[in-house]
Amino acid sequence: MNPDLITSLTEALAHVQGYIYPNDISLVWSVVIVVYPYLTGLVAGAFILASLVRVFHVRALEPIYRLSLLTALAFLLVAPLPLLFHLGHPERSYEVMITPHTTSPMAVFGFVYAWYLMAVLLLELWFDYRRDFVAWSRTATGLKRLVYRLLTLGVFDVSEKALHLDERMGKAITVIGIPSAFLLHGYVGFIFGSVKANPWWGTVLMPIIFIFSAMVSGIALLMFLYLAVSRLRKTPVDMACLNTIGMFLFYALVLDAAIESLDWIHRLYEAEESVDVLVLLAAGKLFYSFLLVQVLMGTLVPLGLLGTALPLQRRLPPQVLQRIYLASSLLIMTGILAMRWNVVIGGQLFSKSLRGFTTYKLEFIGHESVFTAGLLMLLPFGVLWLLTHFFWPPQKASATSAVPSS
Amino acid sequence: MNTHLINRRQAIGGLGKVLGGMAAIIHFHPCPAIAENALAPGPKKSVSSNTPPSPAAAQSLPNYDPTAHDWTMAIDVEKCIGCGLCVEACKQENKVIRQPFYFRTWIERYVIRKPEAGSSEMRGETVVDSPNGGMDGFPPSAVPPSEILKAFFVPKLCNHCKDSPCIQSCPVGATFDTPDGVVLVDPKYCIGCGFCIQACPYGCRFLNPVTRTAEKCTLCYHRITRGLNPACVEVCPTSARFFGDLKDPVKAEPLRRFVSEHKVQVLKPHLGTHPKLLYAGLDKEVR
Repeated sequence: MNPDLITSLTEALAHVQGYIYPNDISLVWSVVIVVYPYLTGLVAGAFILASLVRVFHVRALEPIYRLSLLTALAFLLVAPLPLLFHLGHPERSYEVMITPHTTSPMAVFGFVYAWYLMAVLLLELWFDYRRDFVAWSRTATGLKRLVYRLLTLGVFDVSEKALHLDERMGKAITVIGIPSAFLLHGYVGFIFGSVKANPWWGTVLMPIIFIFSAMVSGIALLMFLYLAVSRLRKTPVDMACLNTIGMFLFYALVLDAAIESLDWIHRLYEAEESVDVLVLLAAGKLFYSFLLVQVLMGTLVPLGLLGTALPLQRRLPPQVLQRIYLASSLLIMTGILAMRWNVVIGGQLFSKSLRGFTTYKLEFIGHESVFTAGLLMLLPFGVLWLLTHFFWPPQKASATSAVPSS
Repeated sequence: MNTHLINRRQAIGGLGKVLGGMAAIIHFHPCPAIAENALAPGPKKSVSSNTPPSPAAAQSLPNYDPTAHDWTMAIDVEKCIGCGLCVEACKQENKVIRQPFYFRTWIERYVIRKPEAGSSEMRGETVVDSPNGGMDGFPPSAVPPSEILKAFFVPKLCNHCKDSPCIQSCPVGATFDTPDGVVLVDPKYCIGCGFCIQACPYGCRFLNPVTRTAEKCTLCYHRITRGLNPACVEVCPTSARFFGDLKDPVKAEPLRRFVSEHKVQVLKPHLGTHPKLLYAGLDKEVR
């Protein structure tokens, strides 16, 4: 047996508050599991932003349409890895797909994930990129040429009729994709929300809260990525696009904050058996991560920043606006990460005896450590860099409202 | 899925054979310190059982028909003296990791204070503890005897729910219920995701750090399928645990009599898990 684990649990035993069921001392789901809903949420949010262009014809967002789709793909590819890292027997993980137990939310998530990856994202990207694959496979050289040729899947027809079909197919898939994106992250919410044993998780609002927080984090990520990519590539930032992202981010954040507030109002008003332990949890064990980071820094401050910047967008210099947007997006992304922490870790800090708390000591190095979690959070950015290298060449400055990146 | 059910049964059968052999050579050693430390010592009995095992039945595993049995347990809270023998027996019998973080069964001590002087309350604060799962008995309570309104012990174990959230939530079906009414885990199939542990409202499961699979009370399935009692029932000096087979009129008799003579409850009934484990004499403070 791992002696470090015993040492860590012995230390935790000394810090138990109140009475916990003896088996409740160790947290089954660690910081690595915090990353899983975070990454999945970013996927759903990024896709929904892309769908605004395709289905709702928000033309201002066109400069980031493809970046959004590629971001969704990069994060989706990495999203199941935290689960694999966490499993006691990762070598048996295929059983979830081969012999799924269909009453389990976790088993069905495998199919929701597969559907979203195969039937929505990859198909949509293929129809969207098919014309470019054909063109690039003729102009590129070496490895890139081979990659593009393979990706055409042997279809080189770029006649007007074929392109029209691509367009129609892309739109149809996006229409299916929007509920699928809601399903994807709503389902992650359901994995937690369906646990009736845990009053912190088991609320019908959980899938809804996850959907809105996903949108918020995904839009914030795209705002950050657009600013970062423009800076790295030294390309001008389209302020109309940025302001539109800011607007959607603000509205999504208002909705998200409203739904989470509703959840708390509901809990406090109903004041069920568990309310005492949950209030102690939020105001005590989660004081920093919930009240300070999630509520204050991750919600109220960005609401204030965006709420001030958006009405003044024509008066404020673009450089100032960009900095406000950058700060808001980083704060919001941190806030949503804190929200995932508060759900996953917070939900295991109190015992199901509802009489006490255990403690969680973060490991810095090891199997389920901060280091692993950090790597898993950085990995999608690496994948995205690779994807943009192949599929998102630098854009030429065309928009009249464009200004140089600060 | 049928193929997997058969595989699981075969796996349990194999597991039962191995553990059954071990059970035959294990003796239960009462710890002398336990009775001394018990908060409310009661009359001691020799190790007894509610349903004496028959030697013939002890050999009958190959012919064991799970559809012909329905195992159930009931606990008389009034009888538990918190000696911890059941916890010790369970740890020995099932080779449960001995560190104080892993229990298939444990005992909780509830100490309810008298109300504050001048208060119109009926009772004061409730203090609960379970040092090392109660395995070593209980040291004197932190609440001075003069301030105690009442105190009692509650043994806990898997509730073997009829609608168990752990079975519902297992993504691969490694946790399952047997036709004879026991909730089991197939450690050869469990992927160690921990979802069942989160789903159990009673804290009865843990992730075994050695096998990296979920573990819980099996009602000593390797023993009961041989006509023996679970280890905890076998060693209880006050017969606080009643165990029986509802499909066997003779073996069910003590259990049926107990249920007919007491008002019984289950833990957390509002969650709709329909536990099979019944309690008599529970206080409202017990969760």
